Amino acid sequence: MSDHTTNTMNLTLHVWRQKGPNATGKLETYEAKHISPDMSFLEMVDEVNETLIKKGADPIAFDHDCREGICGMCSQVVNGVPHGGQDRTTVCQLHMRSFKDGDNIFIEPWRARAFPVIKDLVVDRSALDTIIQAGGYTSCHTGGIPDGNALLIPKPEADYAMDAAECIGCGACVAGCPNGSAMLFTSAKVAQLAALPQGRAEAAVRVNAMTEALKDCGFGNCTNHYECQASCPKGVDVKFIAKLNREYLKALAN
Amino acid sequence: MQILKSVVGRKVFMAITGQCMVLFAVVHLVGNSSIFVGPDGINAYAKHLHDLGPLVWVFRAGLFALVSTHIFFGVQLTLENSAANPAGYAVKRQLKATFASSTMIWTGITLIAFIVFHLLHFTARTLPGVVKGVDALGRYDVFTMVVTAFKNGGISCVYLVAMAALFLHLSHGIQSFFQTMGWNTDKTQCSISMIGKAVAFILLAGYAVIPISILASALIK
Ligand code: HEM
Ligand code: SF4
Ligand code: FES
Repeated sequence: MSDHTTNTMNLTLHVWRQKGPNATGKLETYEAKHISPDMSFLEMVDEVNETLIKKGADPIAFDHDCREGICGMCSQVVNGVPHGGQDRTTVCQLHMRSFKDGDNIFIEPWRARAFPVIKDLVVDRSALDTIIQAGGYTSCHTGGIPDGNALLIPKPEADYAMDAAECIGCGACVAGCPNGSAMLFTSAKVAQLAALPQGRAEAAVRVNAMTEALKDCGFGNCTNHYECQASCPKGVDVKFIAKLNREYLKALAN
Repeated sequence: MQILKSVVGRKVFMAITGQCMVLFAVVHLVGNSSIFVGPDGINAYAKHLHDLGPLVWVFRAGLFALVSTHIFFGVQLTLENSAANPAGYAVKRQLKATFASSTMIWTGITLIAFIVFHLLHFTARTLPGVVKGVDALGRYDVFTMVVTAFKNGGISCVYLVAMAALFLHLSHGIQSFFQTMGWNTDKTQCSISMIGKAVAFILLAGYAVIPISILASALIK
């Protein structure tokens, strides 16, 4: 670190602090000093937390796990954009080189009625699990491991399903949506399973159950702003929402 | 019924009713353009419509059902959506949402206010200053009524503001219809969005040219 002192930057953070679910929170200001451009965004927050702990203050609570962009735990709205706005990048993979000395950085939690704040930047995203539990699975008996080519799936369909399966369940789509809707998340699972023979059988039941769960969890309705796709760190496409709508209409005809 | 509570089902109702109103707006524009043929054009067109008799009322009932369904779900969904996102951010940067997509409820309310005004103005003809005459052939003189009205700058302004609201509403609404109906993919998205904006613009230009040309010719004289 000491070799890089000439390159380091000093930043001013404005961070949402909230002691508990029912406490009123507010933005607090912190100085982040001597930050290396090679640090990740979360490492930068770790540094600030070190100084807070040394002062005997409560460190900033935030969610994280893999720190390599695959688990979907990290969840911070940075300067008004979920995950900070770098294309296809989770906030744990965002690096401080995309900021410059003297920058002001606003850090807020995901905001939606369905995602209540637990503490500071940590929100409860179990509503997404509730949606998956409502139908994001196939209930056929798969038996032992089948032969690789026993069930033929054309390459374009497999690719389509894989693109939908890229969703890591982070909830950035909800955080970015002006309606607090989880439509992109829900549609990714509906589309992935509807595109594959194993999931096709229950497609109608699934789309009804999952969209009902979405509503019951307190998410809003999609009005096709497409903020979700722009916020998604995995580039999940709104074409899957059109697919969900299609599946819903097909289910009506059933 | 599940569909009347569903997050998708209610959107489908909005989309279909909205799109039917777009079709109405296109037909209405074509009909109105007969004003450029002169008194014979639009007065004859109006007479043909009124000669349909009871069919006119069937048509009006249909339109009323479309507008009410659209407004009912529009208001209901908008209220639910603001409840689902109550806190808001201290700093928020929109990435994809547009002015048009964020103001659907406001342009919609402008449109219903305009529809009421427009019906009182040219259909019921109960607003003050409306010229209610007949032409040489004994038909309603729609031509004189419209031309006299639009020579008034204030009235023309009301119509132009309403058409601007219609343009904004449809520049988001038409592409939204295709997405809601599931008739969209990543490959069609861009062109559908362009076509939607183009249709919205044609409606704006087509409707706006009527008051503008009447005002302009009044000013030149
Ligand atoms: C009369 C008062 C009106 C109100 C209060 C209203 C309100 C709304 C609202 C709140 C939306 C939902 C926004 C969204 O889903 O993105 C919407 C969508 C739409 N509106 Fe209207 N609107 C009105 C009139 C009209 C008219 C006159 C037309 C057509 C000429 C129209 C065409 C549409 C279309 C095509 C959509 C998109 C449907 C969708 O896929 O969601 N609306 N309107
Ligand atoms: S669709 Fe994208 S933004 Fe939404 S939960 Fe999945 S990965 Fe996150
Ligand atoms: S911490 Fe796992 S994706 Fe960011």
